[in-house]
Amino acid sequence: MAKKILIVGGGLAGTIIANGLCRQLGKELRANEVTITVIGNNEQHMYQPGLLYVPFGRIREKDLFRDERSVLDRRVIFHVDPATKIDISTKSVAAESGTTYEYDYLVLATGSRLRPDTIPGMTEGANWFYDLDGARKMREALEGFDGGKIVVNVNAPHKCPVAPLEITFMLRDYIQERGLADKTEITYTYPIGRLHALEPVANWTQPEFDKAGIKYETFFNTKSIDAEKKVISSEEESDIGYDLLITIPPHHGSQVITDSELGSGGWVPTERDTLLHEGTNDVFVCGDTTNIPISKAGSTAHFEADTIIDNIASLLTEGRMARKYDGKVFCFVETGMNKGTYVWFNYTTPPNPGAPSQMVHWFKLAYNRLYWLSARGLL
Amino acid sequence: MELIATLKLIELGDEIDVLSSDKGSAMDIPAWVEKVKHEMVGIDQEGDFWHIVVKKMK
Repeated sequence: MAKKILIVGGGLAGTIIANGLCRQLGKELRANEVTITVIGNNEQHMYQPGLLYVPFGRIREKDLFRDERSVLDRRVIFHVDPATKIDISTKSVAAESGTTYEYDYLVLATGSRLRPDTIPGMTEGANWFYDLDGARKMREALEGFDGGKIVVNVNAPHKCPVAPLEITFMLRDYIQERGLADKTEITYTYPIGRLHALEPVANWTQPEFDKAGIKYETFFNTKSIDAEKKVISSEEESDIGYDLLITIPPHHGSQVITDSELGSGGWVPTERDTLLHEGTNDVFVCGDTTNIPISKAGSTAHFEADTIIDNIASLLTEGRMARKYDGKVFCFVETGMNKGTYVWFNYTTPPNPGAPSQMVHWFKLAYNRLYWLSARGLL
Repeated sequence: MELIATLKLIELGDEIDVLSSDKGSAMDIPAWVEKVKHEMVGIDQEGDFWHIVVKKMK
């Protein structure tokens, strides 16, 4: 009987794992000793980091998408069939079509989703770029902006932790390019007592913001937004008026995780070294879905995926885990329209952002294309 | 950030034990907890780590 590997989620994490397993288990796939199945929510795979460029018209929307089927190795069985209930006691996953998928090894890669609806007034009063509809709306709002107060408001938890910094630096350049700098003020708000969760990144950001004339307010946890009066209020009893509000909405994990009682908020309790769901030896968790307190980012998903691929392949062929995940993350950071830097870190090494350069910006633009090789497991 | 995210998920009166190697958090969390009217239950240093226990009050 073939061993069944079931991957729930067709985003970056699920796709890399499916493709990587095909490369490592070619012999077993040819001998029908293993099957690799992905169940996802969409026919289309979206390059989410590209959304950062949409509000400024710096990427074509069509360049954000590929057919998931074309990104997946042809040996992967792929169904658009959103999971509705995951039952690890019976080793099965029920899906919308009524099909129940059984597994020997399960990968949970269900990702995260935006929840602006959890803060009163946010849906009505704010713009965001973390999904395509939001990025389009923000593009329109920017086109109609002719100076005033911009607030960039960051909420916890959220994915891609450098994106709020990137959008702020890019906004500054955009405002300058449009000749609106003299009549525009940008204020960045952050939930904790510094400008980024990672202390070295916060220490790097503060002088960069000061140099760029970007104001900031820390310890700002959004309580409500009055869309009529254009005021954002915090739990810390601070009120800020705005003409244009850009927010990073708080995120939750996937509804199916909550419905399956696999983790509060949709985040699955995960062992940080093995990436196994706590208390199991056949359920791996990857990407945004984990509750590990590290960045929720495509890069994290990528490095976690590489570990999970090695471990599932090793369990199937040698009966043992191959290696541990060391917490590695690598992120490019746009510091404007023409410059960028990068950070890498792991569980034991903190990040150390370098001086921004045009070359790193060009690397990031190149990676916007190379992403599809990552998803295919080739990079 | 983890404390703030977790506070949104727990019930009133529940306590969170934050284990942090970040000195900034050990300084900032007590001040923030007082400002937003949660309750500091305790803070202890163990080698390079801090245990910071917070009770959700609102």
